[in-house]
Amino acid sequence: MSDDMDMEDGGTIKKFMFVNRKAPYGTIYALEALEVVLISAAFEQDVSMAFVDDGVYQLMKGINSEGTELKNFSKTYRALDGYDIEKLYVEQESLEARGLTEDDLLVDVTVMSAAELAATMAEQDVVISH
Amino acid sequence: MKFGILVNEGPYTHQAADSAFKFAQAALAKGHEVTRVFFYHDGVNNASRLTVPPVDDRHVVNRWAELGEKHGVDLVVCIAAAQRRGLLDDNEAKRQGKDANNIHPAFRISGLGQLVEAGIQNDRLVTFGD
Repeated sequence: MSDDMDMEDGGTIKKFMFVNRKAPYGTIYALEALEVVLISAAFEQDVSMAFVDDGVYQLMKGINSEGTELKNFSKTYRALDGYDIEKLYVEQESLEARGLTEDDLLVDVTVMSAAELAATMAEQDVVISH
Repeated sequence: MKFGILVNEGPYTHQAADSAFKFAQAALAKGHEVTRVFFYHDGVNNASRLTVPPVDDRHVVNRWAELGEKHGVDLVVCIAAAQRRGLLDDNEAKRQGKDANNIHPAFRISGLGQLVEAGIQNDRLVTFGD
Protein backbone atom coordinates (compact mmCIF):
# COMPACT_ATOMS: atom_id res chain seq x y z
CA MET A 1 0.00 0.00 0.00
CA SER A 2 1.28 3.45 -0.83
CA ASP A 3 -0.61 5.24 1.92
CA ASP A 4 1.16 6.60 4.92
CA MET A 5 0.67 4.74 8.13
CA ASP A 6 0.88 6.10 11.58
CA MET A 7 1.14 2.67 13.06
CA GLU A 8 -0.34 1.59 16.30
CA ASP A 9 -1.82 3.76 18.88
CA GLY A 10 -0.71 3.48 22.47
CA GLY A 11 -1.42 -0.24 22.63
CA THR A 12 -5.23 0.03 22.39
CA ILE A 13 -6.67 -3.05 20.72
CA LYS A 14 -10.21 -2.76 19.47
CA LYS A 15 -12.42 -5.22 17.68
CA PHE A 16 -12.87 -3.97 14.11
CA MET A 17 -15.36 -5.59 11.75
CA PHE A 18 -15.43 -4.66 8.07
CA VAL A 19 -18.80 -5.50 6.59
CA ASN A 20 -18.87 -6.11 2.84
CA ARG A 21 -22.31 -5.88 1.27
CA LYS A 22 -21.63 -5.15 -2.40
CA ALA A 23 -20.71 -7.27 -5.41
CA PRO A 24 -17.01 -7.04 -6.30
CA TYR A 25 -16.94 -5.28 -9.68
CA GLY A 26 -20.15 -3.27 -10.16
CA THR A 27 -18.87 -0.53 -7.87
CA ILE A 28 -15.53 0.34 -6.30
CA TYR A 29 -16.68 -0.37 -2.72
CA ALA A 30 -15.21 -3.87 -2.46
CA LEU A 31 -11.79 -2.85 -3.80
CA GLU A 32 -11.50 0.26 -1.63
CA ALA A 33 -12.84 -1.64 1.41
CA LEU A 34 -9.99 -4.12 0.99
CA GLU A 35 -7.52 -1.25 1.04
CA VAL A 36 -8.78 -0.18 4.49
CA VAL A 37 -8.68 -3.76 5.75
CA LEU A 38 -5.05 -4.17 4.69
CA ILE A 39 -4.05 -0.88 6.34
CA SER A 40 -5.84 -1.88 9.54
CA ALA A 41 -3.48 -4.86 9.82
CA ALA A 42 -0.62 -2.43 10.45
CA PHE A 43 -2.38 -1.16 13.58
CA GLU A 44 -2.44 -4.56 15.28
CA GLN A 45 -6.16 -4.49 15.92
CA ASP A 46 -8.52 -7.46 16.28
CA VAL A 47 -9.85 -7.41 12.70
CA SER A 48 -12.63 -9.47 11.13
CA MET A 49 -14.53 -9.26 7.86
CA ALA A 50 -18.15 -10.10 7.27
CA PHE A 51 -19.67 -10.85 3.87
CA VAL A 52 -23.41 -10.38 3.49
CA ASP A 53 -25.91 -9.76 0.69
CA ASP A 54 -24.12 -9.42 -2.69
CA GLY A 55 -20.88 -9.09 -0.70
CA VAL A 56 -20.62 -12.89 -0.72
CA TYR A 57 -19.80 -12.69 -4.44
CA GLN A 58 -16.50 -11.03 -3.50
CA LEU A 59 -15.21 -14.41 -2.34
CA MET A 60 -16.39 -16.46 -5.32
CA LYS A 61 -13.94 -18.75 -7.08
CA GLY A 62 -13.21 -18.36 -10.76
CA ILE A 63 -13.93 -14.68 -11.26
CA ASN A 64 -12.69 -13.47 -14.62
CA SER A 65 -12.68 -9.68 -14.85
CA GLU A 66 -10.65 -9.52 -18.06
CA GLY A 67 -13.36 -8.21 -20.36
CA THR A 68 -14.14 -5.36 -17.97
CA GLU A 69 -10.56 -3.97 -17.90
CA LEU A 70 -10.92 -3.99 -14.11
CA LYS A 71 -8.03 -5.44 -12.14
CA ASN A 72 -8.91 -8.84 -10.70
CA PHE A 73 -8.38 -8.61 -6.95
CA SER A 74 -9.49 -12.13 -5.98
CA LYS A 75 -5.92 -12.94 -4.98
CA THR A 76 -6.00 -10.20 -2.32
CA TYR A 77 -8.56 -12.21 -0.34
CA ARG A 78 -6.20 -15.19 -0.46
CA ALA A 79 -3.43 -12.96 0.89
CA LEU A 80 -5.40 -11.82 3.94
CA ASP A 81 -4.08 -14.55 6.24
CA GLY A 82 -0.58 -13.22 5.54
CA TYR A 83 -1.78 -10.04 7.24
CA ASP A 84 -3.15 -12.05 10.18
CA ILE A 85 -6.70 -11.36 9.02
CA GLU A 86 -8.23 -14.79 9.44
CA LYS A 87 -11.70 -14.10 10.77
CA LEU A 88 -13.85 -14.16 7.66
CA TYR A 89 -17.55 -14.53 8.37
CA VAL A 90 -20.05 -15.29 5.63
CA GLU A 91 -23.78 -15.06 6.19
CA GLN A 92 -25.49 -18.35 5.41
CA GLU A 93 -28.77 -16.79 4.25
CA SER A 94 -26.93 -14.62 1.72
CA LEU A 95 -25.12 -17.66 0.28
CA GLU A 96 -28.33 -19.68 0.07
CA ALA A 97 -30.32 -16.90 -1.54
CA ARG A 98 -27.70 -16.82 -4.32
CA GLY A 99 -27.44 -20.59 -4.78
CA LEU A 100 -23.90 -20.66 -3.38
CA THR A 101 -22.20 -22.94 -0.87
CA GLU A 102 -18.91 -22.73 1.00
CA ASP A 103 -17.34 -24.83 -1.81
CA ASP A 104 -17.85 -21.92 -4.22
CA LEU A 105 -15.60 -19.66 -2.13
CA LEU A 106 -11.86 -19.18 -2.66
CA VAL A 107 -10.79 -18.91 0.99
CA ASP A 108 -11.62 -20.68 4.25
CA VAL A 109 -14.48 -18.92 5.98
CA THR A 110 -16.83 -19.33 8.90
CA VAL A 111 -20.40 -19.56 7.66
CA MET A 112 -22.91 -18.30 10.19
CA SER A 113 -26.59 -17.46 10.32
CA ALA A 114 -27.78 -13.87 10.23
CA ALA A 115 -28.61 -14.14 13.93
CA GLU A 116 -25.12 -15.43 14.79
CA LEU A 117 -23.52 -12.75 12.67
CA ALA A 118 -25.65 -10.07 14.35
CA ALA A 119 -24.48 -11.32 17.75
CA THR A 120 -20.84 -11.23 16.59
CA MET A 121 -21.38 -7.74 15.20
CA ALA A 122 -22.78 -6.59 18.54
CA GLU A 123 -19.48 -7.57 20.21
CA GLN A 124 -17.43 -5.21 18.01
CA ASP A 125 -16.01 -1.84 19.00
CA VAL A 126 -15.90 -0.53 15.44
CA VAL A 127 -18.03 -1.67 12.50
CA ILE A 128 -17.20 -0.20 9.10
CA SER A 129 -19.67 -1.10 6.39
CA HIS A 130 -19.21 -0.85 2.65
CA MET B 1 -18.55 11.39 23.84
CA LYS B 2 -15.86 11.49 21.15
CA PHE B 3 -17.03 10.79 17.62
CA GLY B 4 -15.23 10.03 14.40
CA ILE B 5 -17.24 10.20 11.18
CA LEU B 6 -16.74 8.38 7.89
CA VAL B 7 -18.32 9.85 4.75
CA ASN B 8 -18.43 7.45 1.79
CA GLU B 9 -20.56 9.31 -0.75
CA GLY B 10 -20.20 12.50 -2.76
CA PRO B 11 -22.14 15.71 -2.20
CA TYR B 12 -25.38 16.53 -4.05
CA THR B 13 -25.66 13.00 -5.49
CA HIS B 14 -26.27 11.20 -2.22
CA GLN B 15 -27.78 12.20 1.11
CA ALA B 16 -24.94 10.59 3.09
CA ALA B 17 -22.84 13.77 2.98
CA ASP B 18 -25.76 15.87 4.24
CA SER B 19 -26.68 13.38 6.96
CA ALA B 20 -23.07 13.20 8.12
CA PHE B 21 -22.89 16.98 8.34
CA LYS B 22 -26.17 17.21 10.24
CA PHE B 23 -25.00 14.49 12.61
CA ALA B 24 -21.71 16.29 13.27
CA GLN B 25 -23.51 19.57 13.83
CA ALA B 26 -26.02 17.98 16.22
CA ALA B 27 -23.32 16.11 18.15
CA LEU B 28 -21.31 19.32 18.61
CA ALA B 29 -24.44 21.24 19.66
CA LYS B 30 -25.03 18.62 22.37
CA GLY B 31 -21.53 19.19 23.72
CA HIS B 32 -19.94 16.09 22.20
CA GLU B 33 -16.61 16.16 20.46
CA VAL B 34 -16.16 15.38 16.77
CA THR B 35 -12.46 14.81 16.34
CA ARG B 36 -12.24 13.80 12.71
CA VAL B 37 -14.30 13.41 9.56
CA PHE B 38 -12.73 11.00 7.09
CA PHE B 39 -13.78 11.20 3.43
CA TYR B 40 -13.52 7.99 1.44
CA HIS B 41 -14.86 6.50 -1.81
CA ASP B 42 -16.80 9.26 -3.68
CA GLY B 43 -16.93 11.09 -0.34
CA VAL B 44 -13.63 12.71 -1.34
CA ASN B 45 -15.67 15.01 -3.61
CA ASN B 46 -16.87 16.80 -0.48
CA ALA B 47 -13.47 18.49 -0.46
CA SER B 48 -13.41 20.11 -3.90
CA ARG B 49 -12.86 23.84 -3.50
CA LEU B 50 -14.10 24.33 -7.08
CA THR B 51 -17.62 23.23 -6.16
CA VAL B 52 -20.18 25.80 -7.35
CA PRO B 53 -23.74 24.92 -6.33
CA PRO B 54 -26.70 27.10 -7.37
CA VAL B 55 -26.91 30.18 -5.13
CA ASP B 56 -30.15 29.07 -3.47
CA ASP B 57 -28.69 25.69 -2.47
CA ARG B 58 -26.54 24.65 0.48
CA HIS B 59 -22.78 24.75 -0.08
CA VAL B 60 -21.70 21.33 1.12
CA VAL B 61 -17.96 21.97 0.83
CA ASN B 62 -17.91 25.37 2.50
CA ARG B 63 -20.23 24.08 5.20
CA TRP B 64 -17.70 21.35 6.11
CA ALA B 65 -14.86 23.86 5.99
CA GLU B 66 -16.66 26.25 8.36
CA LEU B 67 -17.55 23.44 10.75
CA GLY B 68 -13.95 22.23 10.73
CA GLU B 69 -12.52 25.65 11.38
CA LYS B 70 -15.03 26.62 14.06
CA HIS B 71 -14.86 23.39 16.06
CA GLY B 72 -11.37 22.16 15.29
CA VAL B 73 -12.62 19.09 13.42
CA ASP B 74 -9.87 17.37 11.46
CA LEU B 75 -11.18 16.99 7.89
CA VAL B 76 -9.19 14.23 6.20
CA VAL B 77 -9.46 13.12 2.58
CA CYS B 78 -8.12 9.71 1.58
CA ILE B 79 -5.21 10.37 -0.75
CA ALA B 80 -5.60 7.23 -2.88
CA ALA B 81 -9.36 7.67 -3.31
CA ALA B 82 -8.86 11.38 -4.07
CA GLN B 83 -6.13 10.89 -6.64
CA ARG B 84 -7.99 8.31 -8.68
CA ARG B 85 -10.94 10.72 -8.80
CA GLY B 86 -8.90 13.76 -9.80
CA LEU B 87 -8.71 15.56 -6.46
CA LEU B 88 -5.29 16.96 -5.62
CA ASP B 89 -3.90 19.43 -3.15
CA ASP B 90 -1.08 21.78 -4.10
CA ASN B 91 1.74 19.44 -3.06
CA GLU B 92 0.30 16.43 -4.83
CA ALA B 93 -0.44 18.47 -7.96
CA LYS B 94 3.23 19.49 -8.12
CA ARG B 95 4.42 15.97 -7.36
CA GLN B 96 2.20 14.49 -10.06
CA GLY B 97 3.08 17.22 -12.59
CA LYS B 98 -0.48 18.57 -12.77
CA ASP B 99 -1.24 22.21 -13.53
CA ALA B 100 -4.00 22.70 -10.95
CA ASN B 101 -5.15 21.68 -7.52
CA ASN B 102 -8.67 21.54 -6.16
CA ILE B 103 -8.73 20.49 -2.52
CA HIS B 104 -10.16 23.11 -0.19
CA PRO B 105 -7.50 24.31 2.28
CA ALA B 106 -9.71 23.43 5.27
CA PHE B 107 -9.21 19.75 4.36
CA ARG B 108 -6.00 17.78 4.37
CA ILE B 109 -5.09 14.67 2.43
CA SER B 110 -3.67 11.66 4.19
CA GLY B 111 -3.75 7.89 4.22
CA LEU B 112 -6.29 5.31 5.31
CA GLY B 113 -4.38 4.91 8.55
CA GLN B 114 -6.18 8.07 9.66
CA LEU B 115 -9.51 6.24 9.35
CA VAL B 116 -8.33 3.26 11.40
CA GLU B 117 -6.87 5.68 13.95
CA ALA B 118 -10.24 7.46 14.17
CA GLY B 119 -11.79 4.09 15.00
CA ILE B 120 -9.23 3.46 17.73
CA GLN B 121 -9.21 6.91 19.33
CA ASN B 122 -12.92 7.75 19.40
CA ASP B 123 -15.76 6.30 21.44
CA ARG B 124 -17.75 5.83 18.25
CA LEU B 125 -17.00 5.80 14.54
CA VAL B 126 -20.15 6.51 12.56
CA THR B 127 -20.32 5.62 8.86
CA PHE B 128 -22.48 7.52 6.37
CA GLY B 129 -22.74 5.80 3.01
CA ASP B 130 -24.82 3.78 0.60
